[in-house]
Amino acid sequence: MSAPDHMASWVAVALVVLATVLVGGFGLRISRTTSDFYVASRTVRPRLNAAAISGEYLSAASFLGVAGLVLVHGPDMLWYPVGYTAGYLVLLVFVAAPLRRSGAYTLPDFAEGRLESRQVRRLVSALVVGAGWLYLVPQLQGAGLTLKILTGAPGWLGDVLVATVVAAAVAAGGMRSITFVQVFQYWLKLTALLVPALFLVLAWQGDGRPRVSFDDQFAVFRADHPLYATYGLIVATFLGTMGLPHVVVRFYTSPNGRDARRTTVAVLALVGLFYLLPPIYGALGRLYTPELRYGGDADAAVLLLPARVIGGLGGDFLGALIAGGAFAAFLSTASGLTMAVAGVITQDVLPARGVRHFRLATVLAIAVPLAGSLLVSRVPVADAVGMAFAVSASSFCPLLVLGIWWRRLTPPGAVAGLLLGGGSALLAVAITVSGAVRPPGWPHALLAWPAVWSVPVGFLAMILVSLATPGRIPPGTNAAMTRFHLPEALSSARAAAGRER
Amino acid sequence: MSAEPTPRREVVTGEPRRVRPLPRYRTQSEIDEQTALGGAYVRSLMRGQLRAGLTVFGVLALVAGTLPLLFAALNSSALVWAVLGFATYPPLTLAAWWYVRRAERNERDFARLVEGRPAP
Repeated sequence: MSAPDHMASWVAVALVVLATVLVGGFGLRISRTTSDFYVASRTVRPRLNAAAISGEYLSAASFLGVAGLVLVHGPDMLWYPVGYTAGYLVLLVFVAAPLRRSGAYTLPDFAEGRLESRQVRRLVSALVVGAGWLYLVPQLQGAGLTLKILTGAPGWLGDVLVATVVAAAVAAGGMRSITFVQVFQYWLKLTALLVPALFLVLAWQGDGRPRVSFDDQFAVFRADHPLYATYGLIVATFLGTMGLPHVVVRFYTSPNGRDARRTTVAVLALVGLFYLLPPIYGALGRLYTPELRYGGDADAAVLLLPARVIGGLGGDFLGALIAGGAFAAFLSTASGLTMAVAGVITQDVLPARGVRHFRLATVLAIAVPLAGSLLVSRVPVADAVGMAFAVSASSFCPLLVLGIWWRRLTPPGAVAGLLLGGGSALLAVAITVSGAVRPPGWPHALLAWPAVWSVPVGFLAMILVSLATPGRIPPGTNAAMTRFHLPEALSSARAAAGRER
Repeated sequence: MSAEPTPRREVVTGEPRRVRPLPRYRTQSEIDEQTALGGAYVRSLMRGQLRAGLTVFGVLALVAGTLPLLFAALNSSALVWAVLGFATYPPLTLAAWWYVRRAERNERDFARLVEGRPAP
């Protein structure tokens, strides 16, 4: 494989890492209180917060994975970016403002505040940590792949590098510094895909605009029930976004519910803008890196294209720019996830709270997925991330939607839904990754894309068990509903005091 | 952390700065005190917000539910490309914008209801 010049890529990666640490250090100076540390004292305005959310959200799956999947499997894979974006619309209309008004720091806080049950809280904590780790593994593996392809470094180096930088940045500055890091990284990622894309399209036109064909047989098997797989993907991404731990925690940084809504609209625009770019790389990859279609690392298409199409010094430079953007993607998503997982570990696993324990939790939060990324064999990044979405859609989505809109939800109902919906999705994903059930056939399709059945199972279990245990409705349900839905301007001093903890 | 040089910078954290005391109305204290009437007010606000949310979600589900079937029936990758690659993002943002306007209007109407009704 012809790779761009190693030196330029090393410099780009080093610059991104350095900038991340510096911007994070800037946050450290103003991060003084526990509230600063966890949720940036809830003063992040919509536009800044939207760029931070987008910067955090656009992960290795978006930066590398979408183009790779489009290259190998054709334009049907564009449902991935559409789903990643539409998930925010569903989050907006059902969850955004009430979640902010609930005043909790994390999903377990929300669960306990709404259902007044330690048991539900512990279960949600376990699922948050599980989903977070599931999402972190492909980020780290993507980093390993990028560094290997661009610099010829051994495969494990990128994993370890990203894990180390993330642990240092999160432990040092917490949420406030992360806000600035994420904003910076959104714009970096957009630039890093946009500028090379312009040059690539120009080069393609200079080539006499060869036609990109998606009509021939796809070489790599994906699904023997493609329509079912598409629906599985749609359900998982549309409903899973709202429960992703690193997305949820960012909504608590908005000043109030109204700003949380406006933030979400800006996120939709920013994320949608970004997703116009990866398909271009997928299409051009089919022309210029056709060998990636036959298995191997299709995720590398974005990285290889500049050297392949443009070459020379310009190709090296653009390749280095993409390498920097890719590292921004790994660092931002991984730090957001680590932040969320570490928050949960601090509150629910470690004996005492406080900033020092949070730092210990950070190390725990990143060490486990690092071990996983080094031990587990690679799944395409976007597919691996899709599995985390499926787990989130089957457990956190029913909990949030029913918790916010349905007064008859009970703790036993929530436990049943989380266990049956989230648990079965987690089990299905584990069986798929272990390779115990192989294609072709319905068993594999059902297990690899579980959301179509596991989301209804989660909702039904939650509703039916809640209806069967009407005596267990938490006494504070009406107060909680009032707090979730009443505009801040009308909330009384009592409610405001409750929100501040 | 090492000791800070004086003067030490004070960081003030907390709820918005522009809090002004709101006049208290009868309806508002009913909401605070969880009376039946207050509960009915909150329920009506929730119904309005849920209706707006379900409208957007319904349209989204209808479109996302039928598009894969349509793509399978027409079997044209150019169409898939145009729709999923480019055409979906503006409507998604517009739907979000519509919802926010609607939800904020619901809240304004509700605030007017709560504040505007004179105590008997």
